[in-house]
Amino acid sequence: MQQRAVFSGKLLPLLLLLPQIAVTLVFFFWPASQAIMQSVLQEDPFGLSSKLIWFDNFIEVFGNPDYLNSLWVTVLFSGSVSLLSLSIGLFLALQADRIVHGAVVYNTMLVWPYAISAAVAGVLWLFLFNPTIGIVAFALARLGYDWNHLLNSGEAMTLVIAAATWNRVPYNFLFFLAGLQSIPKSLVEASAIDGAGRFSRFWKIVFPLLMPTTFFLVVVNVVYAFFETFGVIHQITEGGPARATEILVYKVFYDGVIGLDLGGSAAQSVVLMTIVIALTVIQFRYIESKVNY
Amino acid sequence: MIDQSPWERIFTHGVLILGCLIVAFPVYVTFVASTHSIEDIIQVPMPLLPGGHLIDNYWTALTSGADSAGNAPVGVMMLNSLIMAVTIAVGKISVSILAAFAIVYFKFPFRMFFFWMIFVTLMLPVEVRIIPTYAVISDLGMLDSYAGLTLPLIASATATFLFRQFFMTVPEELFHAARIDGAGPIRFLCSIIIPMSRTNIAALFVILFIYGWNQYLWPLLITTREDMYTILIGINRMLNVGDDQADWHIIMATSILAMIPPVIVVVSMQKLFIKGMTETEK
Repeated sequence: MQQRAVFSGKLLPLLLLLPQIAVTLVFFFWPASQAIMQSVLQEDPFGLSSKLIWFDNFIEVFGNPDYLNSLWVTVLFSGSVSLLSLSIGLFLALQADRIVHGAVVYNTMLVWPYAISAAVAGVLWLFLFNPTIGIVAFALARLGYDWNHLLNSGEAMTLVIAAATWNRVPYNFLFFLAGLQSIPKSLVEASAIDGAGRFSRFWKIVFPLLMPTTFFLVVVNVVYAFFETFGVIHQITEGGPARATEILVYKVFYDGVIGLDLGGSAAQSVVLMTIVIALTVIQFRYIESKVNY
Repeated sequence: MIDQSPWERIFTHGVLILGCLIVAFPVYVTFVASTHSIEDIIQVPMPLLPGGHLIDNYWTALTSGADSAGNAPVGVMMLNSLIMAVTIAVGKISVSILAAFAIVYFKFPFRMFFFWMIFVTLMLPVEVRIIPTYAVISDLGMLDSYAGLTLPLIASATATFLFRQFFMTVPEELFHAARIDGAGPIRFLCSIIIPMSRTNIAALFVILFIYGWNQYLWPLLITTREDMYTILIGINRMLNVGDDQADWHIIMATSILAMIPPVIVVVSMQKLFIKGMTETEK
């Protein structure tokens, strides 16, 4: 980090930093270290003493079929939500980028649902697909399909993926559109003059130039699908039926709050932290390499 | 401009209109349901045009909530959500301006240590450390309090990072000019840096307000009293009625109420919002 001209004084900067350091210590480092402690300790049933059991909690977590199931559910769910919302967002952004008149109207109409929280998105989709009163469930029944996501795990998964994707498309649309608008029009026009068709213009010119945006969005979308979709899952399925939609963050919540298994929940938190840190490192590496060339 | 055939143009508009309709459909159905009585909603299929219970339903929701959820008024919950969103936005912005200013404009012992201490929190959302953070809040006696609702969400470095990046682009000449005119650090911060950061602060406020309003998992854990529920928690409590018929007309009205403030913020401040999004998140 380059150093620029600075004020002198040692006490004032520390005072300015104090609020941030204080909240970070109390609400970040303290709980994070507690999580790591709890994950390698075992408390006796009365909570009077605890002994070091090293990685037993982790071995137990990874040996637990429910956890492996949850891991698989998370991969399936996050993968589908990221892939779908990215492709739909990009597709809509490509169309919106072509619009000459009235673009603002489309943009507003497609962006505002970003403001809807995942928990509310969950309620809206739950209401549409409610097996007894939902309007879409009714339409499906008319078509001869008996929808019940409370019993059918495939339908439950489809529903939470649809709700989360719906909730996420505006975000990706916004970023892809900003990315597209920053591509110089002359490049695309030059390739059109050289006779490139619509598809080769997209794959050979536009898409490579969008790579930085896409990469950033992939990481951010995976993080979104891992954590912020808690509201969707909690409102629609509560992880059911039979754990079919129990993503990792829901399982941490369930085991810790309802199951009161603090050691196991802490070990799961540590695993989650590791995943997020790994994603962050990948992203920073990428941004650095982008700056260099 | 590359010429488009009329068919291409029709296709483009068709796709976008379809996209807008799919995006709007669930919200439309919710709005329609919020204007009907419960009897109209549970008869299958429910009507697809607005009914006459709009004022009734919203008034009931705001003042006395759903029967099935202990009649906790949604008005109070909206106030809680508002306090939470504004506190998080204002708190995070103030804390991070000060911290970023100290890091960029001072040289002091352990500067890099503090820098990394703050930035290591960049991408660890509260969801990851949820149970231990809950334990800390409970040890501090902050369950069911605004401090407990907001402080752990303020402990993150995103805003600090943004302000640091911005301060580094402020021309050094301004710093020297201010020094020559005899301005100390606080005067420099208040008279030059903060006014220059106005749009950044506003954009960040928009993003953080939406972020705070839409928090779900955290308030779900630490609010147990009805008068501390945020509106999203209230909706969840109304849904959890076991085998009883949920009060869908009230739930739908409450869902619309939960959407209104953040949607107004996004639509009315679209430029700032897009600036905030594309600059804070990268």
